[in-house]
Amino acid sequence: MDLSSINPVLLLASLMVAATPLLLAAVGELVVEKAGVLNLGVEGMMITGAICGFAIAVNTGDPLLGVLAAAGGGAVLALLFALLTQLALANQVASGLGLTLFGLGLSALIGQGYQGVRPPSFPRLNIPGLSDMPVLGRILFSHDLMVYLGLLIVTAVWFMLKYTRAGLILRAVGENHEAAHALGYKVKRIRIMAILFGGACAGMGGAYISLIRVPQWTEGMTAGIGWIALALVVFASWKPWRVLLGAYLFGGVTVIQLNLQAAGVAIPVEYLAMSPYLITILVLVIMSADKSRAPASLGRVFHASR
Amino acid sequence: MTAPVLSIKGLTKAYPGVVANSDVSFDVRTGEVHALLGENGAGKSTLVKMIYGLVKPDAGSMTLQGKPFAPAEPRAARAAGVAMVFQHFSLFDALNVAENIALGMEHPPRLADLAGRIRDVSETYGLPLDPFRIVGDLSAGERQRVEIIRCLLQDPRLLIMDEPTSVLTPQEVDILFETLRKLTSEGVAILYISHKLEEIRTLCDSATILRLGKKVATCTPAETTARELAEMMVGTVLHTPERSGRALGDVALELSGLALRSPSEFGCSLKDISLSVRQGEVLGLGGVAGNGQDELLGALSGELRSAPEMVRMHGKSIGMLGPIERRRIGLLCAPEERLGHAAAPDMSLTENAMLTGSLRENLERGGFLDWGRAESFAKAIIARFDVRTPGPGNAARSLSGGNLQKFVIGREVMQRPEVLVVNQPTWGVDASAAAAIRQALLDLAAGGTAVVVISQDLDELMEISDRFGALNEGRLSRIRPTSELSIDEIGLMMGGAHDMEVAHV
Repeated sequence: MDLSSINPVLLLASLMVAATPLLLAAVGELVVEKAGVLNLGVEGMMITGAICGFAIAVNTGDPLLGVLAAAGGGAVLALLFALLTQLALANQVASGLGLTLFGLGLSALIGQGYQGVRPPSFPRLNIPGLSDMPVLGRILFSHDLMVYLGLLIVTAVWFMLKYTRAGLILRAVGENHEAAHALGYKVKRIRIMAILFGGACAGMGGAYISLIRVPQWTEGMTAGIGWIALALVVFASWKPWRVLLGAYLFGGVTVIQLNLQAAGVAIPVEYLAMSPYLITILVLVIMSADKSRAPASLGRVFHASR
Repeated sequence: MTAPVLSIKGLTKAYPGVVANSDVSFDVRTGEVHALLGENGAGKSTLVKMIYGLVKPDAGSMTLQGKPFAPAEPRAARAAGVAMVFQHFSLFDALNVAENIALGMEHPPRLADLAGRIRDVSETYGLPLDPFRIVGDLSAGERQRVEIIRCLLQDPRLLIMDEPTSVLTPQEVDILFETLRKLTSEGVAILYISHKLEEIRTLCDSATILRLGKKVATCTPAETTARELAEMMVGTVLHTPERSGRALGDVALELSGLALRSPSEFGCSLKDISLSVRQGEVLGLGGVAGNGQDELLGALSGELRSAPEMVRMHGKSIGMLGPIERRRIGLLCAPEERLGHAAAPDMSLTENAMLTGSLRENLERGGFLDWGRAESFAKAIIARFDVRTPGPGNAARSLSGGNLQKFVIGREVMQRPEVLVVNQPTWGVDASAAAAIRQALLDLAAGGTAVVVISQDLDELMEISDRFGALNEGRLSRIRPTSELSIDEIGLMMGGAHDMEVAHV
């Protein structure tokens, strides 16, 4: 066992990278659930985004275009969910599960021929001055653009939900869709837009795995991050900053356990591998013991009756 | 005679299979309170929804302040000066008062400025309200204030109120009327929907009566008796429940020092409740919703257990018994919530009849269900209580509220209970059906059953109960004979006005 091989600066830097896919997917799902819709298809939208982004990046040679395509791919899959649940009034749980299975199959189909291919590398940000700082520069200021985009989206979502009228209306729709309808708000339109946003975020989260984190294409490579994102939203009590905290915690423990594995610590690998899931959920369960609760209309089908 | 604010001509709206409104015309004038009366299903709600832009009429026209008015959506109606206080409050529990009000406005100011305006208006109209409290924590009366202030902030020309007083104490009603009169003196017209005829007679300047979607009359309520109004609504002569003189028997049900923690977070715990009901007696328990009614029903039905000697029936301690054992000895209950508590919404009427009747009507033998007998039991209930449904095979959910109410009350009455406890027996039920249910309860008492009626409808309690008590914050007031009580005294027993005051200006 050789713990000295673990470099704390590199560890903290890779924490932010490891957390980003989860952060993107979870903050998207948070907006969806705040609007009162439960989309269990996050995993499917992520993997679809992962392959769409990968394929476009490989074919065009432009990774940024790939990220855009991933957002589009996730949103298209989410649109299918929106049509099923908002217009055909299908059950949200069943539709979401179906969406995950469909996304896994669809991505495997598109992904044939992309295995073993290397995507174009993603440009790293290099901010003169900041990135050259000792320690902090390496940890905070020399990541790729997507890490900062994730943080930006969390901040924007928090600000929108708390301080803007659009956010108030979104929360109102998730809280009591009948009352929102009676006041003349377009419940379905607002929900469809939220679902599309959630799909785009999940897609980008998937692309982050296939283009930056790994970077290559393997079937089923999201490996349950979508499900963790769903749990994270609940245990974070639908609060954006707690989602950020949970995602970084998850990323941190993931990175540490990988380093411990590499250092040959005398704990069976299986326990190390399950530790990020256990610790994240444990911490968030303890934190969610306050009285915050789910949006009251979450998962309920809205039908404007007479 | 002043000019009409709103004038309605020939409004018609049909849904598949039912005509909700047919050729309805009337005027609402500046500064008047105009009542809209009718039974359940007479088309009041649809009519109001058309005025508020939630539903588009098939035919007919409206003018608002002399201009043609055809709102495509509530936003347009609000912009034109129409505001509405909903029957089932359209509030968002998890949001605070100011956020709720901002949602109902077209161009809300910044939250801090809005809070100031809310304080001003609530001060002016005597409706105190803290803009930053979470609505989920407010009482029913306070929630209504939120709705009213939301409307007032838009300077409406026409204010629509759908059954605003059903959740208020008599004192709160007085203060609401004071506020409404102040509004009309400022030139606002009010369209007022209510089932409470005496209220309409005190408050309203004119009334339009609907029956089966058609306008049947316009009258001046103050010059008409409540009975005449009711008969115009129903279209037949109204049968008033009558009680036959009856001798009271032994004490059937007795509570002594019943104390119980409420199982729900927002519930009200029961504190030291003692009462007794004799055979053949009707005990009425009033009180504003959420003061322990649900918990008391639970404690009587056996859903909530207490110490054995706290609940006694015919002298035997039964506090530890569950609902099935209590049914076996003749203590039956009909809870308030029809869908999900009194009846299983997606099961048929036969299945619902089986659910509570299997024990006392011998609908099961050795663990096997006798569907034939269950169906004839369901049919008997439908026939005796005039439940309007195609047959006992229909799902409980498909019945209208009033019809399902007749079914769930009838189901218990037909099982010949020794003690019957009902919560809100005529809630949302129209006048003739309510009269039938009350008559059934009185008939049951005449046959020697002890009846406990928990209700928020004071007129109902005054009409059928021999003695009256009020629940307030989980405590029971002194129980007094109904004949010696006035409405004012009852109001005080119910806890009076919850910090409401009359308008300052």
